[in-house]
Amino acid sequence: MLQFLVRRLLLVLPVLVGILFVTFAITRMVPGDPCFVMLGEKATVESCKDFNVRFGLDKSIPEQFVRYVTNLAQGDFGNSLKDHRPITTVISERLPMTIELTILAMLFSSTIGIIMGVIAALNRNSFIDTLTMLGANMGVSMPIFWLGLLLAYFFALVLKGTPFALPPTGRLSAAMSMVPLAKAWGITDPGGVRGFFLALLSNSAILNGLLTGNYALTLDALKHLILPSLAVGTVSLSVIARMTRSALLEVLGQDYIRTARAKGLKYGTVIRKHALRNALIPIVTIIGIQTGGLLSGAVLTETIFSLPGVGSRMVDAILGRDYPVVQGFSVVIALIFVFSNLIVDASYAYLDPRVRVK
Amino acid sequence: MSENNVPVLSADAMHERDNPYVLMGKRIFQHRSAQLGMFLLGVLIFCAIFAQQIAPFDPLIQLDNVKRRSTPCIHLFGCPADQPEHIMGIDGNSRDLFSRIIYGSRLSLQIGIATVSFAILLGGLLGAVAGFVGGWLDDVIMRTLDVLMAFPSLLLAIAIVSVLGPGLINALLAIAIVDIPIFARVVRASVLSVKELDYVMASKAQGASDLRVLVTRIMPNALTPLIVQGTLGIASAILSAAALSFLGLGAEFPTPEWGLMLGEERNSVFNAPFLVFLPGMAIMLTVLSFNLIGDGLRDVLDPRLVHGG
Repeated sequence: MLQFLVRRLLLVLPVLVGILFVTFAITRMVPGDPCFVMLGEKATVESCKDFNVRFGLDKSIPEQFVRYVTNLAQGDFGNSLKDHRPITTVISERLPMTIELTILAMLFSSTIGIIMGVIAALNRNSFIDTLTMLGANMGVSMPIFWLGLLLAYFFALVLKGTPFALPPTGRLSAAMSMVPLAKAWGITDPGGVRGFFLALLSNSAILNGLLTGNYALTLDALKHLILPSLAVGTVSLSVIARMTRSALLEVLGQDYIRTARAKGLKYGTVIRKHALRNALIPIVTIIGIQTGGLLSGAVLTETIFSLPGVGSRMVDAILGRDYPVVQGFSVVIALIFVFSNLIVDASYAYLDPRVRVK
Repeated sequence: MSENNVPVLSADAMHERDNPYVLMGKRIFQHRSAQLGMFLLGVLIFCAIFAQQIAPFDPLIQLDNVKRRSTPCIHLFGCPADQPEHIMGIDGNSRDLFSRIIYGSRLSLQIGIATVSFAILLGGLLGAVAGFVGGWLDDVIMRTLDVLMAFPSLLLAIAIVSVLGPGLINALLAIAIVDIPIFARVVRASVLSVKELDYVMASKAQGASDLRVLVTRIMPNALTPLIVQGTLGIASAILSAAALSFLGLGAEFPTPEWGLMLGEERNSVFNAPFLVFLPGMAIMLTVLSFNLIGDGLRDVLDPRLVHGG
């Protein structure tokens, strides 16, 4: 198992180099001089020269790349061109919400998706099966932003005044506020990598509430994330439901299922212990593959529900040509994506011994 | 069926019975969900071709003497006859929503087909070369494409649009670039699966050039997976293009693009929900039609699935 993981980790390296190269290239190929974009009317030849020297934009492209990679390795993502704040700080503020949203969407889509898939497979070719699969097909065909808007309309307007009403925008209710963890615990900000992770924890409204005992905060944050995670999760839910159905159908046709039934095991036990466990490998794969889709979905949903996450900031940065922010955020998103794929591979190795040996 | 009563078949009938394309065509028309998909696609193509005849108004023109964002008015359902008929209402720029949605079908089909054709051409070429030549070239091409796949696809498309600048053509280019690795992998896999087979060797032994072997002997094997992947690819391309337009990175005012129409009216979802609901419905039905046909084609074309679900 360990050998497998090490080998798999080594395979990640070239991809990482590629990611660095692509993110670097993307921001250098942008048409338009960043100086003119940032300084606007104040831009003169003189002030642009200063600007370029300050941000290292006057060096040759290879030099800039080396500088970029060394800085990244030291945890320095540069500063935003717009508000001059360190990008690591911006990431530590924005990322927790996007991760919360992605994880909630993933939980929603995998639990409901697997249940729907199992029900469809066990009632194969029945009315329930057809209905579930048509629903799943519609789910993959829906624009996420459309679903988000419809959910907002339904839960915030149609159900207004009922106990099921949910807030359509924002991350927290106006009355709620978060206390930074460092302050709540009475410690000084350690800075550096530890400070970054502390800030990540602190800026996750759900965890912050749990850690400081402010459960009302956690609850409020969760309430605001329900609609966005439904919107983000629906596509994955449909994909997972379809995959579960076909994987389970394939396993149910195997001889060992008949053997298990023949030796007198209960139907439910056979489904749970023999069929579902073996069907789980493709399901886990597909859940892992969905991570990318969920992250993309988060970008689209954040703009609809006015959530202050990575996605909405990234769209702003693109429109404002804030190179370092686009770059830093792309690196972080790609890293999350690559490592979630790594976790998927590790989990097959756990579920299926054949993968480890190969 | 009738084989017992009619022991002898004419040569033509035999041919027809064994022709895989005829068989495939029959099966796809019997496939339940593909039928629904083809029906929806048929309606869409009809709207796209006859947009000019169907749409009662010019999709770009801002109408006079109408109230902005006024609700649908259908005479049949009790809308007073003295008011002009707008069966899907008026949008925020005083344009007839129904006409815009009808014209949007043209754009949507063009978007889907153009991006996927571009991605198939380029991806197919890269995949064919990688698989056929092999060696270091294969490694270089495929590892480069792996890097492209290391980014979530929509986010990569957004990043590419940021380089090229917003606009529909750039958005389509970005979506096509993001799709290249998918088609490259499909073609490469098919090339690898038949490259060493005897009939390919035989063709080479007869003195056929590499290009001829590739085009006439190897590529036909890639056709089946390409058709399936291409159909599903059109669905996702339409969805991605709509998303980019929604974010303001794709089609621009006043283009009747469904994603843009949704984006323009997203803030009026609470007071004029139909302006958001209807364009989204159009996107969903279009994407659904391609997805259903793609799934049907996969069931019909993939021999491994004949006995499966």
